[in-house]
Amino acid sequence: MSTLTPNSAVRYPRASDAGGGTPPTFGGGGDGEGGGSNGAFNYGERLRRARLGLVLGLTAVIMLFVGFTSALLVRKGLPSFDAQTNTYSRDWVAINLPWALLWMNTVVLLLSSVTMEFARRAITRQAALAPVKSIPGVSLGDETKFPWLGSTVVLGLGFLAGQVLVWRILVEHRVLVNSSPGSSFAYLLFATHAVHLAGGVIALLYAGAASWLLHKPVEAQRIVVDVAAWYWHFMALLWIYILVLLIIVR
Amino acid sequence: MGALNFITTTLDLRAKGMTMMRMPLTVWSWFITAILGLLAFGVLLSAGILLLMDRNVGTSFFVPVVVVNGQLTAHKGGSPLLWQHLFWFFGHPEVYIAILPGMGVASQVLSTFSRKPIFGYRAMVYAMLAIGFLGFMVWGHHMFMSGMSPYSAFAFSVLTMAIGVPSAIKTFNWLGTIYKGRVRFYTPMLFAVGFVSLFVSGGLSGPFLAQPILDIPLHDTYFVVGHFHLIMGVAAIFGIFAATYYWFPKMFGRMMNEGMGRAHFWLTFIGTYAIFMPMHYLGMAAHPRRYSQLTELAYLHRLLPVQQFMTYAAFITIGAQFIFVINLFWSMFKGPKASDNPWEATTLEWTTPTPPPHDNFGGKTPVVHNGPYEYGVPGHTRDFVMQTDPATGSKH
Repeated sequence: MSTLTPNSAVRYPRASDAGGGTPPTFGGGGDGEGGGSNGAFNYGERLRRARLGLVLGLTAVIMLFVGFTSALLVRKGLPSFDAQTNTYSRDWVAINLPWALLWMNTVVLLLSSVTMEFARRAITRQAALAPVKSIPGVSLGDETKFPWLGSTVVLGLGFLAGQVLVWRILVEHRVLVNSSPGSSFAYLLFATHAVHLAGGVIALLYAGAASWLLHKPVEAQRIVVDVAAWYWHFMALLWIYILVLLIIVR
Repeated sequence: MGALNFITTTLDLRAKGMTMMRMPLTVWSWFITAILGLLAFGVLLSAGILLLMDRNVGTSFFVPVVVVNGQLTAHKGGSPLLWQHLFWFFGHPEVYIAILPGMGVASQVLSTFSRKPIFGYRAMVYAMLAIGFLGFMVWGHHMFMSGMSPYSAFAFSVLTMAIGVPSAIKTFNWLGTIYKGRVRFYTPMLFAVGFVSLFVSGGLSGPFLAQPILDIPLHDTYFVVGHFHLIMGVAAIFGIFAATYYWFPKMFGRMMNEGMGRAHFWLTFIGTYAIFMPMHYLGMAAHPRRYSQLTELAYLHRLLPVQQFMTYAAFITIGAQFIFVINLFWSMFKGPKASDNPWEATTLEWTTPTPPPHDNFGGKTPVVHNGPYEYGVPGHTRDFVMQTDPATGSKH
């Protein structure tokens, strides 16, 4: 007997073809936390799944900024009607941003991306060595534990504080959100990026809490830190994009 | 977050043996819908933020020079058309976000109740992908009236009409699925057939509106209201009804009442046509839409009987929905007990107990061996083969 479609091959999808992985596990919720089919925790699959979720989430963020960018480019080219003179003219005026401070903030953010990467690599190393360390009698010596994650949080907060300073300088120079279309977009882009970066800081604090308060296994911590790290790198990239965009259109 | 969840689950948490091309078309449709949602809602959010800033902090992204009570406001230089572009870049994919799940449900139900494999499974998948892809390139057809360049309008027009190709593929495949099938006309099947009917009836007016030269006179008339409600509004709702009648036994362990289901279908089906088909006539008679007061315009007087007819039809159609509500709650508690697989369907959910346990599969991991529409398989004792039935012969 045969079926109408190919039926005999049970294809076990591989990670490499973006298909499948193991089927949903049971009893531990729908996210595979309960363990793999052999009863062991499968952190590799969970990490891959979390990264996929992150990429999709960042796609939505990209679309948000695609919307802002297209609005900016269109708005910049639009003529504005002057009711006093009954004429059309361009109302886009270049705004003076405190570039020195912005570049300093950029350096702080890029530095935080570096510390975040060190944190990611450190916990990846710890997760890889965790099974070896669990063998009785095996000691790998104490690694020097620099608080990379904490440093990233501090630098991230430093960046946000720097951004607040930028806004204060703009206000002092009477460059307000409704002063001109350019200033509107500058405030909009800075604020949206800051909100997303603040979300990243919260994710890092959660990663820290997972480590010290919730006592999650190092493999589970690694997933949180890994995903937070890629998110953080994306925030740095996004900031560069915003700066370049503002330089181009000023 | 919902889209993210759907996409990740579909890509990374499928059962063993469940290749992408063994997924039910319902899952494909929700998968593609989730991708559209992921890409479209970000742009809507950006437009929404800009709009809020215009309204609350005095920016001028969308607001041009505005005179209120003879006084110039502080706004200047914004463009309402910019809002329209951003909104419709979301708005048109949103149409497919609404209709694609209905397409998936209709495919599932038509195949199950025709006792035939879906006609052209791969073509159905590719057609949905094509509809999703093209859906992002046609937003301008909502804006032919905005005075856009005729060259842009031409491009949007051609791309819009191109969507007719995958839509026609789907329609003919649905008809091919039913053709010469041993059709079981239970309520889910009635609503699935109703979905196809409404999709065709509403869809055929699409190519009219896709052409700027026809859209300009028809755009602000009832013609658009009729087109939109047939193809998207009610067709999508028919998909929801088909899905509810189809999966109700699995969800609640009881069957819905068939008599009430049929009465609900026929009254809704006829009522829908009675409401929305005359709108095309009104539109061609230049009856404007969005008017709250119709009695003041002399040339509309002769069209008032049509409006009255549509209003009566709307009341009857609304009344018919109470049959559904009563059926839903009555069947939930008093309906006859449903077996595990009352429709003799093939997909994974029908392998579980009815209603399913908390984790759906009772701790036993399903393994998929077959495609989702194995009906009328030669040589089998039953006329269907479950997706989990082990391989029985052919090596591929």
